[in-house]
Amino acid sequence: MKNMTKTGWITLLGMAALAVLPPYFLLNGHAFYMDLATRLVILGIAAVSLNLLLGYGGLISFGHAAFIGLGAYAVGIPSYHATWGGFDLIASYNGMLHLVLAIGVSALFALITGAISLRTKGVYFLMITMAFGQMAFFLFQALDVYNGDDGLTIDVRSELPFVNLDSPMQLYGLSYVSLAVAMLLVKTIVNSRFGMVLQGAKDNNERMVTLGYNTYFYRLTAYVISGMMCGYAGFLLGNFTTFISPDMMHWTRSGELMFMVILGGSSTALGPILGSSVFILLEEVLSSFTIFWHLPFGLMLIGLVLFVRGGLMRLFKGRGE
Amino acid sequence: MKPLLEVKGLMKSFGGVRATDNVHLDLAKGEIHAIIGPNGAGKTTLISQLSGGLQPDAGTVLLNGADITNMPAYKRAKLGITRSFQITSLVMGMSVLDNVALAVQANDGHSYKFLKPARSICHIRDKAMENLAKVGLRKRADDLASALSHGEHRQMEIAIALASEAELMLLDEPMAGLGPKESALLVDFLKELKGQRTILLIEHDMDAVFALADRISVLVYGRIIATSLPDEIRNNDDVRHAYLGEE
Repeated sequence: MKNMTKTGWITLLGMAALAVLPPYFLLNGHAFYMDLATRLVILGIAAVSLNLLLGYGGLISFGHAAFIGLGAYAVGIPSYHATWGGFDLIASYNGMLHLVLAIGVSALFALITGAISLRTKGVYFLMITMAFGQMAFFLFQALDVYNGDDGLTIDVRSELPFVNLDSPMQLYGLSYVSLAVAMLLVKTIVNSRFGMVLQGAKDNNERMVTLGYNTYFYRLTAYVISGMMCGYAGFLLGNFTTFISPDMMHWTRSGELMFMVILGGSSTALGPILGSSVFILLEEVLSSFTIFWHLPFGLMLIGLVLFVRGGLMRLFKGRGE
Repeated sequence: MKPLLEVKGLMKSFGGVRATDNVHLDLAKGEIHAIIGPNGAGKTTLISQLSGGLQPDAGTVLLNGADITNMPAYKRAKLGITRSFQITSLVMGMSVLDNVALAVQANDGHSYKFLKPARSICHIRDKAMENLAKVGLRKRADDLASALSHGEHRQMEIAIALASEAELMLLDEPMAGLGPKESALLVDFLKELKGQRTILLIEHDMDAVFALADRISVLVYGRIIATSLPDEIRNNDDVRHAYLGEE
């Protein structure tokens, strides 16, 4: 513990606050804050997954919301068919099936779109990932079976062993533990040999290729891992909101996710969560004052990005870190 | 003895400019082969085609007799070709040691290893440190690469080339921007390497070239106008005319 950095302590403190405060509010009758915290934590997982690409890989993916949507529909579609019949192959309330579907479909989507997107770089990568995200958006918009644009209500949540997702406390617990695991996972990956290659390629791809690394496949692997994590966040989000619609995959959602990462501080462990917290809290507070909350919200975000380069985590960093 | 590297009829044009014009070249195992020539002669272009960064328009490149003309750069690196860059090319956001460790790691099996912290793997770190010590950068190991001076960056490039354990080192102006003292150190260092590695050296510093090279090729407008022993190059009229200047 002695060689913990200042940011390390802040990260622990932040995670401790997330562990204690929301349950405390719920037990004291403020269910609203618990709701807020659950959304924050779930989007935090998505932001952490994006940070692996954006922060450590230098890959600015603008289509990450597609994975959230895929994960959510992996809950919604089987649950819908279990209630209303049809599509017997996947019709089920079984949470493990939903999980496997969410992560599996996300992995497949990441593999295919990543294999193509990663042939480009910079702005082109950004545009092509956005295009793939929009393709997913329009696909689900066109699926009339699942109400297209109007969205789908999940009548029965995923049934998991040990955890009852109908209980706000247990859903939050699962989300919180998942977030902690996601953070640890990304930290472990980043510090591993694989992570060194990924970060090296972010900084100087030509050098890494010259050393003998086929960086394309390393990046593709990172893209698939990130997509799977984000799909998992979608699985949780579907179970949380119990209402899913193609809007979850819209490119503006991807933009928000990207914003959370950059706002909080990319390539830091806590940054994405700090970013998602500030984002969601600001949104909530401002919208309670005025229906024109987008304007002050936008201005504040612009100010933050302009004056706090490197994200909010920069404010906490000690000297020489 | 069969040469380590053979280049036959290599051609490369950019628009109307012939950067590489029917280049034939061979490198014997263990030799230091220098390529000299005026600015814009196509020296870096030639190295890029050997390392795989650029595709030639025509011609073949053979490594130990095997055709590697169309092989991507990362595969050539695996076969033992490394290059340094004329314009320093390092991972600036990482520490000096990390930079060299990445070169060691590249030869230590695949890197699809996700769990163990890379910085705790002793045999990689030790070997990287060893190579840093060789170029005199041991003390700067933990500094960020971007914090080092230009001269130190050049030393890092050499440490990385060494750490990659490549049989063939393509060095693109390693002395560029170095002071006389630093240059002399580097020359001594490369002399020690002589015989252990095969080196293709591009250099403008003629003292360094004549001190190190076993053979010298002169490249002018993409063509090799002479390949010979250093003394003969010094006395070659065409070369004097084209490059060394007549006094």
